Amino acid sequence: MSDTLLASTRKGLFAIRRTAPDAWSVEGVSFLGDNVTLALVDARDGAWYAALDHGHFGAKVHRSRTGGATWEEVGTPAYPKPPEGHEEERDEFGRLIPWKLVRIWSLEAGLADQPGVLWAGTLPGGLFRSGDYGASWELVRSLWDHPSRRAWQGGGADYPGIHSICVDPRDGDRVTVGVSSGGAWRTEDGGGTWACCAQGMRAEYLPPERAYDPNSQDPHRIVQSPAAPDLFWTQHHNGIFRSTDDCRSWEELRDVPPSVFGFAVAAHPLDPGTAWFVPAIKDERRIPRDAKVVVTRTRDGGRTFEVLHNGLPQVHAYDLTWRHALAVDGTGDRLAFGSTTGSLWVTENGGDDWSTVSEHLPPVHAVTFVK
Amino acid sequence: MPRVVFTANLQRHVPCPPCTVEGSTARDVLDAAFAQLPKVRGYVLDEHGELRHHMVVFVNGQACADRRGLSDPVGPSDEIVVMQALSGG
Repeated sequence: MSDTLLASTRKGLFAIRRTAPDAWSVEGVSFLGDNVTLALVDARDGAWYAALDHGHFGAKVHRSRTGGATWEEVGTPAYPKPPEGHEEERDEFGRLIPWKLVRIWSLEAGLADQPGVLWAGTLPGGLFRSGDYGASWELVRSLWDHPSRRAWQGGGADYPGIHSICVDPRDGDRVTVGVSSGGAWRTEDGGGTWACCAQGMRAEYLPPERAYDPNSQDPHRIVQSPAAPDLFWTQHHNGIFRSTDDCRSWEELRDVPPSVFGFAVAAHPLDPGTAWFVPAIKDERRIPRDAKVVVTRTRDGGRTFEVLHNGLPQVHAYDLTWRHALAVDGTGDRLAFGSTTGSLWVTENGGDDWSTVSEHLPPVHAVTFVK
Repeated sequence: MPRVVFTANLQRHVPCPPCTVEGSTARDVLDAAFAQLPKVRGYVLDEHGELRHHMVVFVNGQACADRRGLSDPVGPSDEIVVMQALSGG
């Protein structure tokens, strides 16, 4: 049961504490005024990591070992220079793909038997590994140099990016990453070799002959069930997909109310059948259906979905929830999600009822519970 | 020796007091300044040593003509100012 959550926003990292049942309030803020794109709470040692995007000054990583009271800048993932004679890389839209860090888009910790191991996914598509708590980072060349990587495309951003990193709770050398737009990729050997594992995902926006190309898919977020690690959920650009066979295949779940478009998905930590999504109208509008903020929940492995709205705004609400802005705590009872318009809601009963933490935060990029 | 001054907006993120260092080009002078202030380097230059997109280096009030190589000459009594564009809301 977690009583603290962190909201990474356009203007700082907010620590939010539970003060009474269903009552949560902002307790403090770090990096006020700065763009905090996401935070990681490392359950192994309690350290907090914050990814900042300073714009003109570049992306940085900071670490706190004092629960946010003090921070120190650690290493920044850095791309190597392309080899001599390397021809310019352009995607299918003609956009130049730089060998330079654009944004840190995911941060995850290794397992308890891998002290100091961190993973960072970035734009323009590089995965980095640290073995020293973020002091230094190394580009995972086996994935960056994979010939198929050159076919990745920008999705919502101008460049491809790794937004999801699933470290298998059974074996920390088994890591699955989600790429917009490059499908899902898996290593079984700690990053030595990689294979695309998005078979069955469907991209309805691509030419028909490309619709099922695994390496062209745009998963918005991929999560692995901690309770049944062969089970994965994907909120994809045009649908919800589920894999029950450790990403060997994906099945599209159709007719999910009120919409199959969205960015965020969270898997219940203990009950494999339960997952939550925050839907929106695709794609050209990206607002909640009928201007009502809702969360969808399945409790039977994706066969049926409930639309949850108690406590959420149901009139003229235009909140959009990004891919990292929905989080669940270790019990599965408490969830939080934040929006592009600075709203933040929590539930203490798995989504049946929600309470408002704030409607006036800066745009929320990411939410995570302090374990 | 040339003097290097960093924008106040950068001071907010990383300590970078003015410094006086050796060098005869903007690149030499900045390299010498970053040797004293290693954390500052990554805020001004990217991982390949190129000036970040919205950064600008002035030598006695004139923006460096060679943004990529920073080969602009610097005299012993010159002042280098490292600035950035401001934007956003």
